[in-house]
Amino acid sequence: MIHQALAHDSAALHVSGEARYVDDLPEPPGTLYAAFGMSTETHARILALDLAPVRAAEGVVAVLTAADIPGANNIGPVVADEPALATNLVQFRGQPLFAVAATRVELARRAARLARVEYERLDPVVTIEQALEANQFVLPSVRCERGSVASLPGAANRIRGRLRCGAQEHFYLEGQVALAIPGEGGEMLVHSSTQHPSEIQHLVAAALGVPDAAVTVELRRLGGAFGGKETQAAVYAVGAALLARATRRPVKMRADRDDDMVGTGKRHDFLYQYDVGFDRTGRIEALDLTLASRCGLSVDLSGAVNDRAVFHCDNAYFLQNVRIVSHRCRTHTVSGTAFRGFGGPQGMFAAEAVVAAIARHLGIDALDVRKRNLYGPAPRDVTHYGMTLKDNVLPELIDELEARSEYRRRREAVKAFNASSPFFKRGLALTPVKFGIAYTAQAMNQGGALVHLYTDGSVHLNHGGTEMGQGLMIKVAQIVAAELQVDLERIQVSATSTGKVPNTSPTAASSGTDINGEAARDACRTLKQRLVRHCAETYKARPDEVVFLPNQVAIGAAKTLTFTQLVREAYLARVPLSATGYWRTPEIQFDRERWRGTPFYYFAYGAAVSEVAVDVLTGESRLLRADLLHDAGRSLNPAIDRGQIEGGFIQGMGWLTMEEVVWDDQGRLLTHAPSTYKIPVASDCPPVFNVWLWEKGENVRDVAHRSKAVGEPPLMLALSVFQAIADAVGATAGSREPVPLEAPATPENILKAIHELHRNPGR
Amino acid sequence: MKAALDFLLNGERVSLAEENPSRTLLTWLREARGLVGTKEGCAEGDCGACSVVLSDVGPGGKLRYQPVNACILCIGALEGKEVITVEGLKKGDRLHAVQQAMVDCHGSQCGFCTPGFVMALYAHCKSGAPPELSDAIAGNLCRCTGYRPILQAGKRARELADWQQEAAEDAARAKRIVALPKETTRVKGFFSPLSVAEFARYLLEHPKASVLAGGTDAGLWITKEHRQLDDIVYIGRVAELGKIEETPRQLEIGAAVTYAEAYEALERIHPHIGELLRRLGAVQVRAVGTLAGNIANGSPIGDSMPVLLALDATLTLQKGEAAREARLARFYTGYRKSVLLPGEFVRSIRVPKLAPGARFAAYKLSKRFDQDISSVCAAFHVEGNKARFGFGGMAATPARARQAEAAYAAKGIEAACTALVEDFSPISDPRASAWYRLRAAQALLRKFHAGASSRALLDMAP
Repeated sequence: MIHQALAHDSAALHVSGEARYVDDLPEPPGTLYAAFGMSTETHARILALDLAPVRAAEGVVAVLTAADIPGANNIGPVVADEPALATNLVQFRGQPLFAVAATRVELARRAARLARVEYERLDPVVTIEQALEANQFVLPSVRCERGSVASLPGAANRIRGRLRCGAQEHFYLEGQVALAIPGEGGEMLVHSSTQHPSEIQHLVAAALGVPDAAVTVELRRLGGAFGGKETQAAVYAVGAALLARATRRPVKMRADRDDDMVGTGKRHDFLYQYDVGFDRTGRIEALDLTLASRCGLSVDLSGAVNDRAVFHCDNAYFLQNVRIVSHRCRTHTVSGTAFRGFGGPQGMFAAEAVVAAIARHLGIDALDVRKRNLYGPAPRDVTHYGMTLKDNVLPELIDELEARSEYRRRREAVKAFNASSPFFKRGLALTPVKFGIAYTAQAMNQGGALVHLYTDGSVHLNHGGTEMGQGLMIKVAQIVAAELQVDLERIQVSATSTGKVPNTSPTAASSGTDINGEAARDACRTLKQRLVRHCAETYKARPDEVVFLPNQVAIGAAKTLTFTQLVREAYLARVPLSATGYWRTPEIQFDRERWRGTPFYYFAYGAAVSEVAVDVLTGESRLLRADLLHDAGRSLNPAIDRGQIEGGFIQGMGWLTMEEVVWDDQGRLLTHAPSTYKIPVASDCPPVFNVWLWEKGENVRDVAHRSKAVGEPPLMLALSVFQAIADAVGATAGSREPVPLEAPATPENILKAIHELHRNPGR
Repeated sequence: MKAALDFLLNGERVSLAEENPSRTLLTWLREARGLVGTKEGCAEGDCGACSVVLSDVGPGGKLRYQPVNACILCIGALEGKEVITVEGLKKGDRLHAVQQAMVDCHGSQCGFCTPGFVMALYAHCKSGAPPELSDAIAGNLCRCTGYRPILQAGKRARELADWQQEAAEDAARAKRIVALPKETTRVKGFFSPLSVAEFARYLLEHPKASVLAGGTDAGLWITKEHRQLDDIVYIGRVAELGKIEETPRQLEIGAAVTYAEAYEALERIHPHIGELLRRLGAVQVRAVGTLAGNIANGSPIGDSMPVLLALDATLTLQKGEAAREARLARFYTGYRKSVLLPGEFVRSIRVPKLAPGARFAAYKLSKRFDQDISSVCAAFHVEGNKARFGFGGMAATPARARQAEAAYAAKGIEAACTALVEDFSPISDPRASAWYRLRAAQALLRKFHAGASSRALLDMAP
């Protein structure tokens, strides 16, 4: 079953509506429904909070403020700097001020709007520029240098530019939700739609003022997450748990979509400045790059996200002389958070724009400039943070994609089209992806599992990973089935619970299968060792004579038992049939002081070619064709992996084209519903969409049967869409200046870029 | 007059006397019936996670299947129909062809949007002459798959379907639906008449009542503004309002006619109108939303309005038994304000057809092609030396560009583009800036002048 295109384990439940999400669980009698009262100011002191109208409203059972929290008023995961309920200071519009529980959800939501709040308005810092100006940062800036950029002022070929990419709303289809059920003696069971049950457990316990062990967090599946339920699920779980404790009744808190979009963090938007020097062939000689991101009111995961942007602003290119400075700006907006790619896409965005600018400046096809700058043999195989690439397959992979997609022929066709078409222009781009696999927070690189064998031969599988649609459960089940040599049907996938596997890492950083699959495999090996020992002792055989075959075990040449018989025998012989398993990622280390080390276990690679058309009059654009070639190693499950590649690509395309997060100058989020925030729909899927898993792919690391992590990397294949649009925009003018296109490439931003190119012809 | 809501749910007869008719179908299914397969994604009719299928017997006795957004549909609007939810598709342990196709094609990942897609595809599968698959699921958002496998599943489902069994089910369903009681209903503050006379009388007596047709806007008053609607009159069962009368020179579209029902007739006026309607909402919205509702609501962003302005549509307004005509161009007096008097309602819309030799075009600009609200929407009509340009997104209400019209007829395209700046000072909002709106409006006028297709980019070959 390894390397087979099997259906998602819950597919039949999904299509029949029988798959249960947190909001679908049967509610215990007496369940209350909760809502937050949210700030209507962006930055303000709370002078008075009159909750009498809220308490008096129909159906209201309890109202809590920060003062009612018995333990820690904090949802900050890394730094305790973000209150669950604001105390006297409001730091973004939509920040929870108080929590209401009522007998019906609409009554809670209605009541939550009735508070009388007296604010003293303070000036908000909303934009990156304002924060830079005011020196407002959530963390100290980071600098990573290699070689020297001193040569830049005198460089023969030099471009200086400014870039911007937008934020992105996760838009998981299942909104944030938690159901807290109080138990006896201070215990609390929380069903939470989260990627990080352990963190929810810790934050809930701290808020309640009880030991971690008194809190159990459980979930079977999430209705999408994409990073948006790593830290952002906490406030809802904490709110529900606090109200459950106060009322001694179960409390469910489910965010309305608008409140969810206003109240939860997004992908960081970035502002960049670059200064690049290069030779006549387009090879980069020196790059001076400054990144600045909007981090919102608190640290949240901004440290690691921005670090990853620094790690990935080379994308696939060797930067001999480089200086990168990364600013983490504090703003009065909701905290920026994890989002598929976790800063990686924003780092690569800059690399691809710089390479495209060089190509345009020199009048060379951008693909040739890209190839010229790829990592290669020593000494061009060491990243700017000092990690030696041992698995760089990009030169070969790109050549293959170039041929398969007929890039050169189509380049000529695009040129011919553009020469004769004044109102529509086509654009073409091939962009690579190199994405580092491992959490950059070193301690997180560990996984745990728990496997039970029952006497009927069925297998209960549990591990610390969460299922959010990525197919983690089926992949780990495949690994377990292969290890035990039993049919997949015997393996019962079970809900993730902090009571079964403790101290887990978030299911994030694309690492779910690697760390949980290997942990489950470890548990299976422990069980097998016990079974082998039992066979050896009972049947007087050598351990190496005990061989696991499909659904049976051969002991020497003469004796064969079915798997079920063996388990039953082992039980009677009092062999323990439950085992934990554990895995930690080897060989990673990083020195943050020097910004040098080996932060990643391996790299995932891919490349994509996109062809677009742009309407020069209106700025509308359309993706006509995409060719994706992605290295998922020896894919554990090609059907699941293909789903990740296609889905990631379209999600990345959304970020770079139509998805626009808009805050006004007062810090109001204007795009807080799907009516104003548009994610791709079916017709945005390109009419020609070729997706290939790279057949030669094989992980150099012995992990997960030499497959590769695939959750995040394909998102960045969508940089080809943006670069193709920029290419088409560039075709409207003959100048050599960089195409001034900002992301997302909405019709307006495209038209603006065309307009600017024409305003400065020939500069 | 009866005092209960009568409809069918997955084949079962339901009669509700105590339930609030303005309750949404979604909360009723999930909370009252425990049918939690239907999901809430946005509670505003934009994501399709709550899609269920409504089946009814349409004009001409044809059994219809239409997907709708349960999150913004009041249960009062279900009378005379059967609601089919995702729980109603499986036969014993056997998945329906649509469900099996979704499994076979790996069409689900997180699975949360999946029941909605299954129902949209089911309606598409059952509806006979189909629109494009991507149109059939344009109202359903999926954040995981990128849609390719779902589109494939839509094709596969038709191969897997047991058409004989489907036909047998259709026959049984039609019989059940026809057997539902046909009487005026009054439940609490909810009134659902069968005739215009009853409706007109009721509205005279209850001038503050909310008139409910498709409820694609009113549903949000409930889910987002938490308003309690105590006095509602529902016009979806008034047969006289559900008609389209066609003469050689015009269409007269009744107030209860849905976008889906009006589509064909309007598309025949000009293909650009069809394309505009294709991009208006999505199947779920067009299945219940009405042209009249869009007009009576006075929303500044109604995409049908520029077309109606350019064609110089007129409205028949009725109060009690008295009717009067009003030109659409004179209907609005301000943001969400109109000439409608208390107790008066829009009875029908008269849409003139194009005269021979008349030139017409309609364009829509938005961040996303399908199911998005326009940043700018424009329709152009020129007959002889008389021009009528209708614009949406350029002012507080959809409006004519009278100076540009005059300039176009007198001085030509460049003068008209310049004059647009005099006609409009649009606002900047999250959809577009004032700068873009003006520039784009000029671009659309140029497109019309050049005779450009409204589908040029969409039809471009890969």
